[in-house]
Amino acid sequence: MAILNINKLTKSFGGLTAVSNVTMELREGELVGLIGPNGAGKTTVFNLLSGLYVPSSGEILLNTGGKTIAVQGKNPHVICKSGIGRTFQNIRLFRDLTVMDNVRIAMHHNVKYGLLSGFLHLPSYRREEGRLKEESMELLELMDLGDKAGELAKNLPYGEQRHLEIARALATKPDLLLLDEPAAGMNPAETTQLTKLIQWIRERFRLTILLIEHDMSLVMRICERIYVLDHGMLIAEGTPEEIRANKRVIEAYLGEDVTDA
Amino acid sequence: MVKGLKELLSLRKWFLLLFTFVIVQFLVQINVINDYLQATIATICINIILAVSLNLITGFTGQFSLGHAGFMSIGAYTCAIILLRVPSTGGFLAGLLSGAVLAALVGFLVGLPTLRLRGDYLAIATLGMSEIIRIIFLNLEITNGAAGLSGIPRFTNWFYLFVFMAGTILLISNFLRSSHGRACISVREDEIAAEAMGINATRYKVTAFTIGAFCAGIAGALYAGYFYFLKPSTFGFLKSIDILVIVVLGGMGSLSGSVLAAILLALISTFLQDFPDLRMVLYSLMLIIIMIFRPQGLMGSKELSLKMLTGLGRNLLPSRKGGE
Ligand SMILES: Nc1ncnc2c1ncn2[C@@H]1O[C@H](COP(=O)(O)OP(=O)(O)OP(=O)(O)O)[C@@H](O)[C@H]1O
Ligand SMILES: [Mg+2]
Repeated sequence: MAILNINKLTKSFGGLTAVSNVTMELREGELVGLIGPNGAGKTTVFNLLSGLYVPSSGEILLNTGGKTIAVQGKNPHVICKSGIGRTFQNIRLFRDLTVMDNVRIAMHHNVKYGLLSGFLHLPSYRREEGRLKEESMELLELMDLGDKAGELAKNLPYGEQRHLEIARALATKPDLLLLDEPAAGMNPAETTQLTKLIQWIRERFRLTILLIEHDMSLVMRICERIYVLDHGMLIAEGTPEEIRANKRVIEAYLGEDVTDA
Repeated sequence: MVKGLKELLSLRKWFLLLFTFVIVQFLVQINVINDYLQATIATICINIILAVSLNLITGFTGQFSLGHAGFMSIGAYTCAIILLRVPSTGGFLAGLLSGAVLAALVGFLVGLPTLRLRGDYLAIATLGMSEIIRIIFLNLEITNGAAGLSGIPRFTNWFYLFVFMAGTILLISNFLRSSHGRACISVREDEIAAEAMGINATRYKVTAFTIGAFCAGIAGALYAGYFYFLKPSTFGFLKSIDILVIVVLGGMGSLSGSVLAAILLALISTFLQDFPDLRMVLYSLMLIIIMIFRPQGLMGSKELSLKMLTGLGRNLLPSRKGGE
């Protein structure tokens, strides 16, 4: 069953059409790649899916929990609560807060106590804060950040900041996870580890994942299907083998070697 | 074990509070604290409430507001109008409560549309709001226009000042350590990331603004119940700036910083009473010097804690270093 349907999605900025008439479908549990040269419009697609941009036209339908909701026109926090979580290409952690606070904030929309209990620290506050602490620690340990819970996010090394981005997105309890270049700036060893991690969290949290990545070997290795964007338009869709052999894709990358992966 | 220690520490907090209260009460009773000093204490308490609540809006939620004096004036006028008609403790408390609720209501209604604005725009919008409030009070009959209200009976005493000041600090610091408080802080850190992580940014900006306005209303009511006299010009632009100065000086995002700065500034200006000609010059000069050496404010975004004090003690007493 499709968890996400994107129909004829278009986004223009003034004269520039960053995303043009894109139609995509993600089935439940899939790990799908979204690739394309710099400026192809990949991040713009993510911003449309997470509600940071409003589409110029087209629709985005999310099917979760037996319901279908139209994503376009909704506020980002509403979309997040409906089950789309994301990371940012240029890491956007809450830099001056602790690692644990970064994760706890992402859990906020599931917290079951009101303002009054927040002021007076009533029993519901104690109970829920206890749960938050436990769940966030558990998540951090899964992401190899257990011993960093008390550190400020900005003091983490780069690779761990990328891990924290993923941990924070997972804390929102998404059904669909959007990863925007999670391996950017990582060395080969870190990338290998990340590859395993992505596959593992998909199983562990029963996620559907849409992955933007420039590291072709990573994409080809773990994605079941791949969409290719160029100048805002979808130019190819298929399995890694099909994409590797696709002439239009090779042309779009113009010399960048997609075949060596 | 750790839990027991925590409880003990919070007991100590209550004890410290009670101790402060009793000491000052005693000194007032035996007339060691004269009228002038009492007025200074009242000003400090009122300014602490104002600064702590503005810090919630500006320091913790990141919304630059220049309208705090406007909310304060709503509390002050409401309480004064009720007190002039019902000069009793009941009247005072009813005035205080309705002043705070009214200020919160205005905060909510103004916040809803203006908090979509950012940075400088929000500052100008809140400034405009507080000027509109002032002009309304200037033209209403019930507030007696520019002449203002006088002969307001004094009901604010050390007990009320202390209870409302301590209450404001405790409740706001509790709030900031709750999930809702973290939501406010995440909006300051990165509004877009916060939204993408499920935080309703507008809701939490309006929440902080409304809570802040409520507290400012209380501060205004305490002011009205202490100083006998109100006029619109008391609550102008400069009053909002005064409060902002306390927040910035103490440290954006530090409640204890706001408390320290409110006390420090009151002491400085009391001391400067002896040099009436140079008062404002020296006051400004001191602000400039402090900001040059501590641009992040006295406390930065840290809180004063018992641990910090003992740490300071340890540094001052090198002989104990080996004893760890
Ligand atoms: N907010 C915006 N305003 C104007 N133009 C924008 C905006 N966001 C994106 N663009 C433009 O849209 C185009 C697509 O950008 P996008 O960030 O989606 O590319 P991308 O595929 O993610 O590239 P990269 O691989 O470099 O991250 C670019 O030309 C970019 O300049
Ligand atoms: Mg991008």
